[in-house]
Amino acid sequence: MKPFRRHKAIVAPLDRANVDTDQIIPKQFLKRIERTGYGPFLFFDWRRIQDGPDAGKPEPGFVLNHPVHKDAEILVAGKNFGCGSSREHAAWALNDYGFRCVIASSFADIFHSNAGKNGLLLVTLPEEDVQTLMNRAKEYPGYQIEVSLEDQTIRDDEGLVLSFSIDPFRRDCLLQGLDDIGLSLKHETALDKFEATHDKDFWTSPRPDSGPTVGPQETYEQAKAN
Amino acid sequence: MSQKTLFEKVWDSHVVVAPEGEPALLYIDLHLLHEVTSPQAFEGLRLAGRKVRRPDRCVATVDHNVPTTANRLVIEDAIAARQMDTLRANCVDFGIALYDVQSKEQGIVHVIGPELGFTKPGMTIVCGDSHTSTHGAFGALAFGIGTSEVEHVLATQCLPQSRPKTFRISVEGELGPAVTAKDIALGIIGRIGTDGATGHVIEYAGSAIRALSMEGRMTVCNMSIEAGARAGMIAPDETTFRYLKGREFSPKGGEWETAVEEWKSLATDPGAKFDRELVIRAEELAPFVTWGTNPGMVVPVTERVPDPAASHSAAERNAWERALEYMALEPGKAIEDVAIDRVFIGSCTNSRIEDLRSAAKVVSGYHVHPKVRAMVVPGSQQVKKQAEEEGLDEVFRTAGFEWREPGCSMCLGMNPDILSPGERCASTSNRNFEGRQGRGGRTHLVSPMMAAAAAVSGHFTDVRKWHFNAVESYETVS
Repeated sequence: MKPFRRHKAIVAPLDRANVDTDQIIPKQFLKRIERTGYGPFLFFDWRRIQDGPDAGKPEPGFVLNHPVHKDAEILVAGKNFGCGSSREHAAWALNDYGFRCVIASSFADIFHSNAGKNGLLLVTLPEEDVQTLMNRAKEYPGYQIEVSLEDQTIRDDEGLVLSFSIDPFRRDCLLQGLDDIGLSLKHETALDKFEATHDKDFWTSPRPDSGPTVGPQETYEQAKAN
Repeated sequence: MSQKTLFEKVWDSHVVVAPEGEPALLYIDLHLLHEVTSPQAFEGLRLAGRKVRRPDRCVATVDHNVPTTANRLVIEDAIAARQMDTLRANCVDFGIALYDVQSKEQGIVHVIGPELGFTKPGMTIVCGDSHTSTHGAFGALAFGIGTSEVEHVLATQCLPQSRPKTFRISVEGELGPAVTAKDIALGIIGRIGTDGATGHVIEYAGSAIRALSMEGRMTVCNMSIEAGARAGMIAPDETTFRYLKGREFSPKGGEWETAVEEWKSLATDPGAKFDRELVIRAEELAPFVTWGTNPGMVVPVTERVPDPAASHSAAERNAWERALEYMALEPGKAIEDVAIDRVFIGSCTNSRIEDLRSAAKVVSGYHVHPKVRAMVVPGSQQVKKQAEEEGLDEVFRTAGFEWREPGCSMCLGMNPDILSPGERCASTSNRNFEGRQGRGGRTHLVSPMMAAAAAVSGHFTDVRKWHFNAVESYETVS
């Protein structure tokens, strides 16, 4: 995972609350089996004109289509960002598009966790601070801020300084870009011990015993041949 | 002194270690898998040279992508087919039981888990799907996770988790006729909002919850995530034990008695403290219909589409205006005057036998409105079989509904079941987000009875005023 220490970049203001993961990455792109390549599909429906003769062309009113936000790597959005589906593809798509940080007054739980696993920093700020950043990003073309996870601050060139709090463990993982499976496996002895007692419970038995596939084994190839 | 909530009992008994300054390492009893959120997790294991620690604690099925038409072995969509083939290969390689599309027990992962008896009280259950909260109906701690966490659980059978807060929602009193578990869920979300329970595990309590069947409890817990909750839970009781007894993977013989004794001890102790509490009167709930683009934008069927002028803040006004524009609705329009094009009865929220029975009761002796296309997608092969034994399929087919094969279907439209742009749908699913059921599609969330009544009427109608035909028997349908 790519570590996050400090990052200065253009801010894109997405002034909507409750942005759900269905909007961040619509369902038709969840069929792929890779972790990468989702960037072009980020906010797919919002980025395109839906109806009429220009359907499919870029929607000029959408914030990411504005030329000044072309290179934005920080997104400021309304409350409850990332609600809905647990699809990690949302975090992958934001990352792949080039975003390193999302700022909002609140985030949905599962999205929060998914972002952390992919080095995408989520900064939670009070509503009024989010509004300040939103307004400045709308008013000043090419508005940039520097987000420092080390200092837990956000600064712009106008002298604005905002500080934010973040769970210390999450901060540490992001700063170091830690693989948390590795972290959990540090506790393998404790895990073995726990499991030995826990397994005496009835939780896993009875269990399916008819092989990896339960039921008839007919394959797609056979079905297609018939 | 040490009174504990249901959540605390389950949590405490699953903490492997709680290192200072780190999240607790929580042991996971059951890991459910499906084709959409698992391929990258298995790939991650391979890249790191890791194994699945406990394949016996994993169960997989295919549900999100599967076609719901009769010949579903041939899949036109090559990318979807590849995703399902990938799950098959992964299950073989890592030794995980897979309820494949040909299995007599295939179905939506949150329907088959409980139905087969995999889901049990006191367990920790995860799945790469936000509606994993469904399993909390049994007194399990069940929550949705992302794909990196799927990989984490496959590798370690654990998850680092920070302890959520607790929130008890008590629904007291008796539900009115034709007011269902779905209306409890929508009523709660309408009240607290789609982020009303973020960071919390909800325990649903109160006489109206106790009176619900397991199917109803699953519907309520299923929608916990729509209020932002990490999970929803209901203490196990006799209703739970009756449901579980004799299920394929329920404890047998002497183990059953031991299990029930243990499960009985899970209920929240009297006097245990919650971080938040809310009491709702069941009598104040009505059949609900969502009017906007998230499940919190909801009103009783007897009301009107709200006016953004009446919103509480600029941000809310903005959201309401945008939602009304997307939904093509005018403020002040009576909900009962809103005409629909499609009806979808299905999804992990409302595709169980009781849901189908209640919808069939409404439909019986009627025909789907000529301008409406309506479909029923049972939650699993077992639900489908039982419904067919009870003759429900005939009731639906005679009335002009499509009777389809099990899967997630039009809840999220990953398979060919989608709305066309501009189509308006009465849906028993869980999300009315923009484009959720198909680009430009307009979703209104309702209960199965409300969906059935809308199918017949061609518009929303208060099912409390419905004239039921042939309530005693489904066979009198002409």
